[in-house]
Amino acid sequence: MSFIPGQPVTAVVQRIEICKLRQCDNLILGFSIGGGIDQDPGQNPFSEDKTDKGIYVTRVSKGGPAEAAGLMIGDKIMQVNGWDMTMVTHDQARKRLTKKNEDVVRLLVTRKSLEDAVRNAMV
Amino acid sequence: MDTESTYSGYSYYSGRSRGSHKPGERSRHKSRSKDGSRSEKSVTINAPPAEPLLGDSSVRGEEVQDDNWGETTTAVTGTSEHSLSQDDIVRITKDMEDSVGLDCRRYAALTVSAVLGLLVLLTPIAFLVLPHVLWRPQDCDTACQGLLISLAFKLLILLLAVWALFLRPQRARLPRVFVFRALLMLLMLLVVVSYWLFYAVRIIQSQDKNYHGIVQYAVSLVDALLFIQYLAIVLLELRHLQATFSVRVTRSTDGETRHYSLGQLSIQRAALAVLENYYRDFAVHNPALLMAAKSRAAKHLAGLKVYNVDGPANNTTPSQSRAMIAAAARRRDTSHNELYYEEMDQERRVRKRKARLVVAVEEAFTHIKRMQEEEQKKTPGEVMDPREAAQAIFPSMARALQKYLRTTRQQHCHTMESIQQHLAFCITNNMTPKAFLESYLSPGPTLQYAREHWLARHWTLVSEDSVTSGLKDGSVFLLKCIDFSLVVTTRRISFIKLSEEFIDPKSHKFVLRLQSETSV
Repeated sequence: MSFIPGQPVTAVVQRIEICKLRQCDNLILGFSIGGGIDQDPGQNPFSEDKTDKGIYVTRVSKGGPAEAAGLMIGDKIMQVNGWDMTMVTHDQARKRLTKKNEDVVRLLVTRKSLEDAVRNAMV
Repeated sequence: MDTESTYSGYSYYSGRSRGSHKPGERSRHKSRSKDGSRSEKSVTINAPPAEPLLGDSSVRGEEVQDDNWGETTTAVTGTSEHSLSQDDIVRITKDMEDSVGLDCRRYAALTVSAVLGLLVLLTPIAFLVLPHVLWRPQDCDTACQGLLISLAFKLLILLLAVWALFLRPQRARLPRVFVFRALLMLLMLLVVVSYWLFYAVRIIQSQDKNYHGIVQYAVSLVDALLFIQYLAIVLLELRHLQATFSVRVTRSTDGETRHYSLGQLSIQRAALAVLENYYRDFAVHNPALLMAAKSRAAKHLAGLKVYNVDGPANNTTPSQSRAMIAAAARRRDTSHNELYYEEMDQERRVRKRKARLVVAVEEAFTHIKRMQEEEQKKTPGEVMDPREAAQAIFPSMARALQKYLRTTRQQHCHTMESIQQHLAFCITNNMTPKAFLESYLSPGPTLQYAREHWLARHWTLVSEDSVTSGLKDGSVFLLKCIDFSLVVTTRRISFIKLSEEFIDPKSHKFVLRLQSETSV
């Protein structure tokens, strides 16, 4: 999950599709995000590399649509509906996820266990 | 064994405090020794001292000190007042023979400097007067007269400089000759002699008529001597002002340590500087505080005895003494416990006595009020001067003060007379009770106490390097006096490299560090 400046970022990702749930007047996804290029990366408890300013999943609410779709706490979100999430501010990330005219968000997330699984499979 | 060692320590002090430089009076007191016991642990009932507390004590002087001045009937005698110990006698004889030997040396040095000073003063004048006496040179024109005036003033300055650098009375007596000063005097002598030679050969023999030239010659001599004085100032006075060494001075008996900065000095002058600072900074040496440590040390090894089971009885071999030390270390010794509780008790006792003392003194001070000018005319009845006022309020605090001094073992440093004087001084200068007590609550530097407590005027310098060599990094020397020694180690202050960095004031910018969490 670390990046080398100048090189394209490569990661093993999982596709997760979440259908938004309508609750009163809002469409919610059922998780919380943290991180962003305007935030302090050193305080992120889930990142391996403490200079990583990506968007991470900090909480997944029980029984919500995110949990049902298989999103796990500590995942790093790489793309949302085709939009890149590795170099965005916190507010931009929030906006991409909470667009009122979209009912479904398709995320590409990565986590450490995915890379380990791929590596073990290749051996 | 404890009481014996205490006894000798105290009588040593009482003998000394009588003023060790008055042998005549001492013989008078020797015959009158105090009755009653001399060890600390006994109690005697004393008749109250004959003179009243007000008045006559000043007449008797400070030769006779009654330690029971705070109490009237029951007394615990801590010291024996009129005994002489063997050390006193030895010291008196040593003082007398020392002073004779070194005085000769000092007068010799003074004579040499005085002779040189006279020579320096008279030589230019001789240069000017001799031509007039021996042959008639031509008269002095204006330029020449101007030179004569300048010569007169330069000679005056030279005289002052010679007096200031070489002839001032010394503050101290050093073991060896002061090398720089001797070299400078030699240089001056050389210059004067060479000028005389040249004068004798070139001017007297050829009977030069040009008086202007002779005056110029004399002026050049005085200039050369003034430049030597300038060199002397730099070498003798300025070189040791720039701090190059940091010396650490430790007193051997109680470990009190200070650090001083010194310039480039010879070891003997560094020792002199250290001693001057010692009298000003170090707390007065109080041997009464060291008794406890000695008795503890004695108890450590006292319980072990080594018996030689087989073989003839000879002196303890090194292995035997090492075995003794190891056994002593292994023994389950509870003396640390005793030390801990003893120190706690002592501290509590001191604090209690201090509290009582502070209260007593504050109360005593409230009895006195400074009278204003107008009131003085109204009530002429009970007007007292500071000394009488001090004597009036002294009895109410005397007992508390004496108990406090006994607990902190300072009672031999302060006589009743000195306390009353200090009290009168404080009353005169409108000092508060706290200011009055300050000199008793903590031991001050040695200079504060009366002259008999400058317990050492004669110091011995012990050094491996020659005492006229300069201080070096890591040089160690010892200053010994009769009771203790000062260990002095030097460290050079290292070369400091200082570089500059410019920070633009506009470059001070800050950002917030955030970590927010949003739920989506």
